[in-house]
Amino acid sequence: MSDLTAWLVVWPVAIPLIGVALTVILWGRERAQTNIGVIAISLQLVSSIVLLQHVWENGPLAMAMGGWSAPFGIAFAADVFGAGLTVAASLVALLVLIYSLADTNADHRRAGFIPLILALMAGVAGAFLTADIFNLYVWFEVTLISSFGLMVLGGRREQLDGAVKYAFLNLLATTFLLIAIALLYGMTGTLSMADLTGKVAALPADSPIEIIALLFLLSLGMKAALFPLHFWLPAAYHTPLPAVSAIFAALLTKVGVYSLIRVFMLVFPDGADIAREAMIWVAVATMIVGALGALAESDIRRVVSFTVVSGVGVMVGGIAIGTEAALLGTTFYMIHSIIISAALFMATGMIVRAGGGTRIADLAGLYKGAPFLAVAFLLCGLSLAGVPPFAGFWPKVYLVQAGLEAGAYGIVAGILISGFLTLMLVGRIFALVFWRAAPEGAPAVASDGGAVMKGTLGALTILTFVIGVYSAPVVNASGRAAAELFAPDAYIGVVLGRSAQADAGGVEGPGARP
Amino acid sequence: MLAATLAPFVLAVFAPFVRRRVGDSAGWALAVLPAALFIYFAQFLGPVASGETFIFSTEWVPALGIALSFYVDGLSLLFALLITFIGTFIVLYAGAYLKGHADLGRFFMFVLMFMGSMLGLVLADNVVTLFVFWELTSITSFLLIGFNHDKARSRRAALQALVVTGGGGLALLAGLLLMAQVGGSMELSTLLADGDVLREHPWYLAILVLVLAGAFTKSAQVPFHFWLPNAMEAPTPVSAYLHSATMVKAGVYLLARMNPGLGGTDIWQIILMSFGGATLLTGAILALRNTDLKLMLAQTTVASLGLLVFLIGIGEPLAIQAAMAYLFAHSMFKGALFMVAGSIDHGTGTRDVRRLSGLGRVMPFTAAAAGLAALSMSGLPPFFGFIAKEWVYKGTLDGSLPLLLTAVAITGNALMFAVAFLVGFKPFFGKPGDTPHKPHEGSVGLWIGALTLAALSLIFGLFSGLAETFFIGPAAVAVAGVPMVVDLYLWGGFKAPVVASIITVALGAFFFWQGARLSAFLARVVDALWGPDKGYDQFMDGLIGLARAVTNLFQTGHLRRYMLFTFLTLAAVLVLPQVMLGNGFVVKAPPIDLLVWAIGLLAFVGALAIPFTRSRLAAIMLMGVLGLSVAFVFLLFGAPDLAFTQLMVETLSVVILALVLARLPVFGTDWRGYPRFVRDALIAGAIGIAMATLLVSITSVPLDLTLSEFFSARSYTEAYGRNIVNVILVDFRALDTLGEIAVVAVAGVAVLCLLAFRHIDHDSEDKPEASS
Repeated sequence: MSDLTAWLVVWPVAIPLIGVALTVILWGRERAQTNIGVIAISLQLVSSIVLLQHVWENGPLAMAMGGWSAPFGIAFAADVFGAGLTVAASLVALLVLIYSLADTNADHRRAGFIPLILALMAGVAGAFLTADIFNLYVWFEVTLISSFGLMVLGGRREQLDGAVKYAFLNLLATTFLLIAIALLYGMTGTLSMADLTGKVAALPADSPIEIIALLFLLSLGMKAALFPLHFWLPAAYHTPLPAVSAIFAALLTKVGVYSLIRVFMLVFPDGADIAREAMIWVAVATMIVGALGALAESDIRRVVSFTVVSGVGVMVGGIAIGTEAALLGTTFYMIHSIIISAALFMATGMIVRAGGGTRIADLAGLYKGAPFLAVAFLLCGLSLAGVPPFAGFWPKVYLVQAGLEAGAYGIVAGILISGFLTLMLVGRIFALVFWRAAPEGAPAVASDGGAVMKGTLGALTILTFVIGVYSAPVVNASGRAAAELFAPDAYIGVVLGRSAQADAGGVEGPGARP
Repeated sequence: MLAATLAPFVLAVFAPFVRRRVGDSAGWALAVLPAALFIYFAQFLGPVASGETFIFSTEWVPALGIALSFYVDGLSLLFALLITFIGTFIVLYAGAYLKGHADLGRFFMFVLMFMGSMLGLVLADNVVTLFVFWELTSITSFLLIGFNHDKARSRRAALQALVVTGGGGLALLAGLLLMAQVGGSMELSTLLADGDVLREHPWYLAILVLVLAGAFTKSAQVPFHFWLPNAMEAPTPVSAYLHSATMVKAGVYLLARMNPGLGGTDIWQIILMSFGGATLLTGAILALRNTDLKLMLAQTTVASLGLLVFLIGIGEPLAIQAAMAYLFAHSMFKGALFMVAGSIDHGTGTRDVRRLSGLGRVMPFTAAAAGLAALSMSGLPPFFGFIAKEWVYKGTLDGSLPLLLTAVAITGNALMFAVAFLVGFKPFFGKPGDTPHKPHEGSVGLWIGALTLAALSLIFGLFSGLAETFFIGPAAVAVAGVPMVVDLYLWGGFKAPVVASIITVALGAFFFWQGARLSAFLARVVDALWGPDKGYDQFMDGLIGLARAVTNLFQTGHLRRYMLFTFLTLAAVLVLPQVMLGNGFVVKAPPIDLLVWAIGLLAFVGALAIPFTRSRLAAIMLMGVLGLSVAFVFLLFGAPDLAFTQLMVETLSVVILALVLARLPVFGTDWRGYPRFVRDALIAGAIGIAMATLLVSITSVPLDLTLSEFFSARSYTEAYGRNIVNVILVDFRALDTLGEIAVVAVAGVAVLCLLAFRHIDHDSEDKPEASS
């Protein structure tokens, strides 16, 4: 494998990072920044597609940073799981970015919108592609700080309120993660996830590994907005610009779920029984509490925030079931959720624009006033509720099936009940916001979004429909991802590839640096 | 077959364009498709009658064994023919009924989508495919019930139907998947071929309950029957098509389909007969209680669905034949009567049976259709309805069954007899009534369907052999799963079923005679009682109340609370497993020298003093003491550069915090009162102690020094740096440093971002997170 090939795994992170640098240099020139932003995310998408194709054909791919191979240096590595999620993330990010061009004004863009989005995408891709657990923490930090900047963009009072809660609680979560990583390092002396697999398994039986696993569940679960630490998400996600909410909802919780999967598949593939048991109940509670929260809410933006929480429960439910079939379902659900969360926040932004308010009680008459929006919202809502023939249906089927096979009836019941509550919710909102006639003398619909917003929302709606009708490619990819997660030898092999030789030669042997 | 199922969906997409292009006669253009599909399905009649079955399968998700597979046997063919035949006339009828309506194109779209979904449902062989179409019928039904979306009642009815059938659908999904798992196949044709595997499995009861939950909600069985009358808010073509002839029979279809696999057990019999019987009586009584034509018909539909479930529950060959015959008869007469009700509404402006009379002369075609259909519904010879009813009694009078069943059937049928005459005859005879507008006959589209269906009720009665050979026989065989002889006839001699029929007619005539009085009486009684429709509202209110309570518990809107929950969870994570596993809590005093103890004491005192001080400035200083002691620890363990960094950071932090506080009230206090102080102290103490014991137990595991040895060996030789920490930062793990640099840079951008909007009007209308 030539070194040039290995670079594939770096580009999805390096491109947006370079974009950040360029756009900061071009501070204040929002035209140029915007162009760079669109180009950078497009290139990120292209590079991640190339990466996915490569790992699809050749198996996992790794690259040692600075030539110091793992576990001594940091390695980046991609398998179908990581590369696939990078593709989904950058695709949706591109659409959200285009949507945001119509959603933001020049003030927003001059205040650093583009560099912050690019930094966010670098952080997300970095988290998906790193094979080092401390490095993962670093990408979490990059994501956190850039998301904080995006959250205050606009400076309204509710935004500051949301951003303060977001920043405090997420800083706590990352601190907990750091503590967990430090303790794990204290026991194993290594940070490479591939190296941790064997070292954790070799720990003496009386080592407190159960608590470390629980700490990872706590910190990553909080990042993913898992019950009982889910409250930061509905406290904050409704406050920023719709485009920002869209990209947050699509990606940030997914990074948490992704990391949970990596950690529990690679670092704690066995044992961690307390954490796994806890995960079952936490997942079920998240599904239900999220769906109930959405039903209770009167602000349509917060309704969508709560549905994101509920979806996190479903994904983690799949991890808790813990079979290959369940991970297939979870992976599929992640891809579905990336699309649908963004679409729903984009639609909500347009609803608020068209209806002139955020309270459901104040919104009405959009079936006549904004028919395109009505169709898009209904279709995306049905997909969210897991109704066929939309993308959300399939992961639900696979997870229910996997849950029944594994005897995880609590999770099956949770998925079905939260799906039921979500269906009720979508029907209710559709009836109130769209069907209900606007009161006499109400002003006409201000704006139904314009071509750019409609186009991007339409693209996501079509995507969730097409994946629903023709799900085989996503099923196959998710199946491959799950299979690789259950047989991580190839991944571990490429990450530790060269260090195996170094070990053989001892510390005095030939250098790890070529 | 796939093309036939998908064709309505494709046409549905174009329906609004067709409407725009062709105008109000679009119904005639669009009806071509269901007519063509009817002809297509009719070609299967011969082969299926001779015992053949067909499977058409297309790959869908091959990796998981999910195929778009369709199964044509007597049962699915009967349904497919009903769906397309009635569908043809419904499309014509809708074109006339909603003539000039702005959203007629959209209406056609939904109706055609429904048609495709319903076809898929009855033809599907794969359980997942079946479920996909099942859900689609619920969704299209939601859209059609809410068609008159300006009315709050329509919206409520639409949502109610969605909630009830959607909820049942999810149970069905679980049931179907469980069934597939037990039977080892996703194809119904395979699963049902060997029903004993299902019946003898320990999960049989779970499967049964889940599948029945789906079927009973869809087919409006007690206690889920309330959504169907409410669904009458939909335009009449929808009521005629979805809510009498086809969709509500999906549950009955499912039971019939599952009969070879799940049927035949005692529990199946008991559940189906009791729920079906209860539904029959409830529906029939409620029908007489109403005075709105559509509601009366809707309630008799509920009753008929109950009767069908009841018959399938009996499960004997004659009962199954009766079920199929009654289903066939019902689709024709009820579809016709609904269209009649719509035509009357269209022609007079009211559907109140008390105000309608003497329409026969002005609406001759409608009257003819109504009369024929009502005669079939009331079960009089020579209509097909009579044969169906005779077979019902043959089924219930089977010697082994208690007479109670026959009594239930007679009562239900007699009530329906009365309703049939009230709907089919009363409006057309007597003196012209007082109606909102002058009665007039509608256009061809409004009566052709009703008349055709009503006439067929007579034709199949007279030529019962046709129905027997092509429809009832093959369907009954498919339901029973075993061959049987089916021989339908009008007159079989003066036997017990005929006696039952005579009693039915006599009792029915009495109910009809006393109709008005009974109706008023029932209205008083029923309205005073609690009913599931009120229960639905209570359920929804209760659910929203529960949702609010749960949400307010966690989503308090106060950062303090959120922090409290977070640390409580951390405490639970750290403490509970240690208690459970007995890990830690035996802290051996580590052999450390006095200096370390002194520094530890300094840190401890500093930390302990923070909560007790009431001055913010002092608290900041004490934080500094804590940081300082950490710096000392670094110094002691040979990391002078770390100690130096720590010292710088601490100093800067104190200075910056003090500067920030200079702009805030420095002398303010943050005292929180004793109860909260104690609570917070307990949580903090628990976390601290648990973390300490955890650390001690971790440091007792010897550290794997591979990395450290590698770094110290290579640092100078290969990375050309003597300071290992520096080399780690800028070479071995340079990427982390790059990331952290990015964090600092982005933090700068975020600060600029904050500053850019500092002049925004903060008194705008938006409020921080509500703590409701």
